[in-house]
Amino acid sequence: MDQTSMVTRIDEKARQMRLDIVEMITAAGSGHPGGSLSAADIVATLYFGGVLKHDPERPDWPERDRFVLSKGHAAPVLYAALAEAGYFDREHLTTLRQLGSILQGHPDRKKTPGVEVSTGSLGQGLSIANGIALGLRAEQNPASVYVLLGDGELQEGQVWEAAMFAAHNHLDNVIAIVDNNGLQIDGACADVMHLGEIAEKMDAFGWAVFSVDGHDPVALLDAFEKVSEVDGMPVAIICKTIKGKGVSFMEGNADWHGRAPNEEEHTCALDDLGCATGNEETANV
Amino acid sequence: MSKRATREAFGATLIELVADGVDVVAVEADLSKSTTTAKFQAVHPSRFFNVGIAEQNMIGTAAGLAVAGKVAFTGSFAVFATGRAYDQVRNTVCYSDLDVKLAPTHSGITVGPDGGSHQMVEDLALMRVLPGMRVLVPADFNAARAALILAAETPGPFYVRLGRAAVPEIYDASTEFELGKAYVLREGSDVTLAACGVMVTEALQAAELLAKDGIRAEVIDVMSIKPIDIETITGSVAKTGAIVTCEEHSVIGGLGSAVAELLGEYVPAPLARVGVKDVFGTSGDPAALMAHFGLTSEDIARAARGVVERR
Ligand SMILES: Cc1ncc(C[n+]2csc(CCOP(=O)(O)OP(=O)(O)O)c2C)c(N)n1
Ligand SMILES: [Mg+2]
Repeated sequence: MDQTSMVTRIDEKARQMRLDIVEMITAAGSGHPGGSLSAADIVATLYFGGVLKHDPERPDWPERDRFVLSKGHAAPVLYAALAEAGYFDREHLTTLRQLGSILQGHPDRKKTPGVEVSTGSLGQGLSIANGIALGLRAEQNPASVYVLLGDGELQEGQVWEAAMFAAHNHLDNVIAIVDNNGLQIDGACADVMHLGEIAEKMDAFGWAVFSVDGHDPVALLDAFEKVSEVDGMPVAIICKTIKGKGVSFMEGNADWHGRAPNEEEHTCALDDLGCATGNEETANV
Repeated sequence: MSKRATREAFGATLIELVADGVDVVAVEADLSKSTTTAKFQAVHPSRFFNVGIAEQNMIGTAAGLAVAGKVAFTGSFAVFATGRAYDQVRNTVCYSDLDVKLAPTHSGITVGPDGGSHQMVEDLALMRVLPGMRVLVPADFNAARAALILAAETPGPFYVRLGRAAVPEIYDASTEFELGKAYVLREGSDVTLAACGVMVTEALQAAELLAKDGIRAEVIDVMSIKPIDIETITGSVAKTGAIVTCEEHSVIGGLGSAVAELLGEYVPAPLARVGVKDVFGTSGDPAALMAHFGLTSEDIARAARGVVERR
């Protein structure tokens, strides 16, 4: 596939995933739309842009690349990708967060095909990714480990313990992606607990760092390509994103971190995502 | 009957404590809206500190504030405040015997749809075993207020377990608690129902169900899991001859274990533990989860009939 068609494909998948995110959180009546929507283009690029080597028919294929959703509250974006890729039937999506569902509020590897490890307690994913990477290296397995972190999540000390470890052990099969949407629950990261320059910090910790627009598949594909040129050190891709991206009234608004749309908001959200609901004027209010 | 969550008492009571002259500060870890410490922040911004998503740092900072003479309350969710920061709670707060009062919210399975990663059902076990730690589990809004005041006014480490779900009111607004006391909410002679937290309401309803079968249940609110009221509990069991413990927590390490220890030492008697049976939680709405994990008034009544038969 040439790059233009690849980008079109990623854009289409990301749009479908955003619709699914809105639908499933609305059906559940709770959940985390903001951080799911901000990561949609990143996750779509990984799963549908030929970045992640994976096979939905064989979720336990030994040579698959691993994906760890360290910011586990964004489970809907992962579920949307896994359903779209065919890991399980799309019908499960609207059972999100219900008793007995295979789709738990936070990723549960015991219940959901395609989920490598259970997450939800922030700050632990990078350590897990390092451990997987060590294991793969010991087996001479060429697979890579991609781990997606929130920016607020970087406030957890464990992230920096793990960052030190990955560089010390030359884990060039670890790719940490930061969803740098600038917001956490209590407001802007800069107001709650300033992170400083994330790229500079990661660089100081001994990582190869790329900074990209996390909503631009071309830039994302380009960054993921450069990863293979890095030798002997872990790679961090700092993605500038907008929390709630794609739904006008959620964009850049910390209030939409963890709340479900009501019926009216649901309609506006679908409009914003270009899902015709009869009203051409989108609700950009 | 009005329903309020115990967490709603958190921010409001801290404001009250400052008005009463207690030198209270609050340290939060990016959950100020959920825990309601944001309300305290709005009134006393200089007494509120947000460490971001860093629970270990939250406990450590609170410990330092306590060393500096403050009464330091901490927020976050029960799972992170106890589990993530356990060594800070043990080796700094308890080992130094500091005025740190953990009052995390979102304990138990009534957290609901967030699922097993967020439903803390092992916190009482973790906190109860720490030397010097006092453990309170209030049953409603007014009980939570009273428990927070008791924690603030008594020197040393406290764990006050707060919840997310709105619960019916049992206590009135003037309620005050005494450290180490259990409260008999209904007298009976056939079986003792010892409950804490949201399960107190369920136990009171179970007593109604049992009354229809002619079984007179005594309902005790074991608000203080530690120190535990040996006299009230063993005295009740000596009278009734059987006991059911009711908690929104694992049957291992919490109220059920504490009562089993008392029975073994003082008054051996048939015991049934109603609680989460050594499993993690799961997503679902709170009411459905209470039924799923066998924590309803019917479950308690069934367990009570069982122990009465074994008397
Ligand atoms: C250890 C831990 N502490 C607290 C929480 C509660 N929590 C869930 S999401 C969140 C904010 C996350 O912010 P960020 O990492 O920036 O995620 P995003 O903006 O991408 O949603 C918090 C504090 C948690 N899940 N885990
Ligand atoms: Mg963020």
